[in-house]
Parts: sequence; C-alpha cells; structure tokens
Amino acid sequence: MRQLVILSGKGGTGKTSVAAALAHLASEEMSIVLADADVDAANLELVLEPTKLEEHAFMGGQVAVIDPDLCQLCGRCYKVCRFDAVLPGDDTYRVDPLACEGCASCVYQCPEDAIHVEEQHAGLWFRSDTRFGPLFHAHLFAGQENSGKLVTLVKQHGRLLALDEGRDLLLVDGPPGIGCPVISANAGADLALLVTEPTVSGVHDLERILGTVRHFRVPALVLINKADVNPAHTAGIEAYCRAQGIDLVGKLPYDTVVTQAMIQGQPVTIYQPEGTMTAALREVWERVRRRLNGAGPSPTAISE
Amino acid sequence: MIIAVASGKGGTGKTTVATSLALSIPEGVQSGTDLPGRFAQPLFLDCDVEEPNAALFLRPRLEDYEEVGILIPHVDHDLCTYCGRCAEVCVWHAIAVVGKNVLIFPELCHGCGSCTLNCPEGAIHEVLHVMGSLESGQAGPIAFGHGTLNVGEAMAVPIIRQLKAKHAVHDGHGVAILDASPGTSCPVVETMRGADFVLMVTEPTPFGLHDLRLAVQVARDELGLPVGVVVNRDGVGDLGVDEYCAAEGIPILMRIPLDRRIAEAISGGKALVEALPEYHPLFVALYEWIAEEITARKEAR
Repeated sequence: MRQLVILSGKGGTGKTSVAAALAHLASEEMSIVLADADVDAANLELVLEPTKLEEHAFMGGQVAVIDPDLCQLCGRCYKVCRFDAVLPGDDTYRVDPLACEGCASCVYQCPEDAIHVEEQHAGLWFRSDTRFGPLFHAHLFAGQENSGKLVTLVKQHGRLLALDEGRDLLLVDGPPGIGCPVISANAGADLALLVTEPTVSGVHDLERILGTVRHFRVPALVLINKADVNPAHTAGIEAYCRAQGIDLVGKLPYDTVVTQAMIQGQPVTIYQPEGTMTAALREVWERVRRRLNGAGPSPTAISE
Repeated sequence: MIIAVASGKGGTGKTTVATSLALSIPEGVQSGTDLPGRFAQPLFLDCDVEEPNAALFLRPRLEDYEEVGILIPHVDHDLCTYCGRCAEVCVWHAIAVVGKNVLIFPELCHGCGSCTLNCPEGAIHEVLHVMGSLESGQAGPIAFGHGTLNVGEAMAVPIIRQLKAKHAVHDGHGVAILDASPGTSCPVVETMRGADFVLMVTEPTPFGLHDLRLAVQVARDELGLPVGVVVNRDGVGDLGVDEYCAAEGIPILMRIPLDRRIAEAISGGKALVEALPEYHPLFVALYEWIAEEITARKEAR
C-alpha cells in the first residue's frame, strides 16, 4: 500500500480538485482509500457524493473550568496562564474556552482546587463510501484546536482499512499552510504532490512547503495549476524544480471548467471526460502512478 | 479599530483584499485620533505566519528582525531529584523522566510553564525555543509587520500571538488590518480575537460557500464579531453565497468580478488598487463602510 499526499502551501491552488480527479483516475486501475486531511475546511466530500456509513465523536483537547463557588479571586490562575485564556470578572475568574490550550497549569496552581479540566467534544469524523473507494473525513468544530490530532486520526483509520482490505493506495487531500495539520497530513507519505500556481505567492509558498516535506524526508512532485496565467512565473517554477531536482508532473491550464465541475459536485475528469483538462490530468496521474511504483518520470518528458 | 480579513477557504483573495484595503485608507483618517502615537499610520499585520505573502504586494522595507518562539524547560541536573513531578503535570508528554535522565521534546511542548512552576526543587528554568521570526518596517504610508513560522515547526499560534503583542494591536488607537490564514482553527481564532470587524473574502463556489459558513461560525457565532463579505471572482460560480448571505443577514460589501487582468496583475505581485486604479474608490468606500459600522456599534454599546 502506497500513501500519496496532496499539498500546496498556499491555499486555493486546486488541491481538492486535483485530489478528486486523481481519485477518479486512480480508481479505474487500482483499489484506493481516500482521506480528507483538511479537517477545518473539508471540501473533498462536496465532489465525491459520499454516503456516510459511520459517524464518530472526536474528543479534542481539554479546557479549564473554574468553579465560581470555590474561587476566592486570588488571581493566581490569571497570572500563570500564558495563553490569555483566564479572564478576570467581578465575582470569579473565568476561562475563555477558545483561548485555553488545556495545559492545566492553572489547575495545579489554584490554592482552592477550584479549577478542573474537561474534555472537549471538538469535532466529528466519518467513514463514507464513494464510487471511487472508502472516504475518511472529518469536521473540526468552529475554532477548535488539535486539527493535527484529528488529521492523524482520519489518516490512521484510512490506513488501517487500506491494509485490512489490501488496497493499493491511500490518497490524502491535505490542508494549506506548513504547520501542524500539514505535518500530520504529510507523516508517513511515500510521495507528496505539491500543487502550485504561477503567482508570486504560489512561488514563495512552494519553496516553504517543499522545505517542509523535505524536512520530513518525503519525496515531492510538483504540478503547476493555472500555468498560463503567468508564463514567466511558470518558467521560473520549472527552472526552480530543475535546480532542486524535483520532477514536474504537469501543467494545467486556467479553465473555469474546474469550477463548473465543482458546482455539479463532480471531479472534472467525470464532468468533462473528453476535455483538455481531463487529458492533462490523465498525464499527471500517469506520471504520479509511475513514481509511486518506483519509476520516476523524466522532467524532460514534459512537453512545453 | 481592528479589521481582520479571513475566508475559510484558501486562495479566495484575502491578501489581495487586505492589502488594497490598507492602501485605500484615506489620509487623515488614520491620524484623526487624539492619540496619534505609533498608530498615526494604519498598521498592517500579516498573521498568516505559515505562508506570509502580503510583503510581496506591499513591499515594505523590513528593518526590524526578531526571533520568537516559546519558552521550554531546561533541567539543572545538580538540583533535579528525578521525582517525575514535571512529567506528571505535562499534558503534552513533552517531558519524561527515565531513571536519572530527563528527556525534553521541544516539538511537543506548548510553553505553558507548568513543569517549571511545579518542580519542587526549583530545578527547571526556561529557555527560548525559536520557532519563527517577526519582521517589521515601513511600506509607504503603512506600518507593516509579519511573522514567519520556521519550516518544520508545527505551532503557528505563538508566532501570531507575539506578532499582535509586539505591535500593541489591542491598544485601540488607529486602524489595524490583520490578514488571517485560511481555515477555521486555532491560528484563525488567534488572529480574529479582539478584532472589531471580520471581513470575509469568498468566492461564489460550493467550496467557497462551505468554508465561508465555517468561518462565519468562528467569527460571528463563537467570537461574537460583526462580519461582512467580499465576493471575489464574482460570476465564476453559482448563487449559493448570495443566497446564504441574504438568509443570514450578512452584508455583501463588495464584488470583484472574475477578470483575467486581475489574476495576471496579482500573479506578478501588484496590489489590486495599483494595477487597476479604478478599484481604489471602491476600497475607500469599503473602508468607510466598515469604519462607520464599527463606530456605530461602539456608540450603541
């Protein structure tokens, strides 16, 4: 079983649209499991028509709760909290649950034993069926912490099912950024597909996400989306990839067909099976598949 | 007056809107307070410390650099009796006592200081674990600051917290614009906390709408902040965002049409109001609407 993660650094470069298309194309020739690792803005389900089979509570971190009857207003909790989560009030101190990191430092410091911690019901995770394979996804509740922990959970269940059923591929749609949920999404991947765009932000963020996957020793491939929006930056990314020894697996045109497919709730490869976008994505999948199987594509094989 | 710019979904144009908004704050407004001080100019803070991009468009002269991070424990082995109390109180399992050895895992530590406070021997002191940096400087008429999370580090929130503290965002004078990261979890909450208004930049697509709903839940429902929407790439998708905003009573304050010229200008690092000056009056009006809304709300209280 191989694990492919789709990342980008910058948001909105097309990770989920690419993930949905690759899910479709991969499922034509192998058995796959899908995991949506963008748990605070999970969109893969919007284009895969999933049928939910299971729903589970995600218990995230804990938050401190102050008992106003016991609180003597000494202010010790307020002083020791490094997260500005303890708020002074007239009759008692209280805890802002959105700011509290659940460290329990105040619990140990309170001379009245007036503080305890409570586990937070921080989200839900689901096992669903799609026509391409099982999907594991989640909804982190608004403003909650521990998205990295939920990402790990979603991926773990996907991985276990893939191993149990002898499936070939775990395809992970990752979150934007480079921080904790990205690190969790990237963990254990055999290959990362980095979707970028030829903009100053896209180029800047590509360097940072590439640094991140390399830091964790996951080999990377690059896909340039909306490549014709700025040919000079596209050429720059190609040169950068060559210099870094990173294979470019394709360039996708700027095409609103991707949005039209999204509105229909379909991967673009199903919405417009004969279009140029689908043809380009088939080439991308072919190169990704060869790399997953251990045969690297040659960067020079990509037509200009 | 603190305006946070957020979106839920990534790539909807947060930085495009935030930078053009900052460049459109009328002169005189920012110095119109009786407390000029450091807020005599509008302040722009890029709080997307995982991928800070606003500097690419505002091109500040960055003059101040500072490494930041969290305080992690350092054990003085002459004083340590290996009692294990530090490990017992650490909810992150960032410190472990194994025989006559204390292991510290900086990547798990949140810097809460509980181990230090609980050590009966006073054997722990704290040292800075660098996770990123803060930079600031001048971008034309704008005071600019951003934070950068180091590659390989997991926690963005401490960097955002220190960025906001360094620039005394919550002093209440002048205008501060905070550019948030995508998503709806802790880094976004940390950026929005204490704001007077959250401007949501979305695109009229199912992904845009789905994530806008979640971002509104954070800003309006959890934090109790007023919100308004900018619809970017208007015309690219469907009517879901319009219908949602109408049903929720959320004002749509601006529409930026799907326009390849905009995409090309942004791709080259130009701010929208620089590339297409016809947008300047629209951003001035957007700023004035938000400023009036914030003032009216403050007076109502």
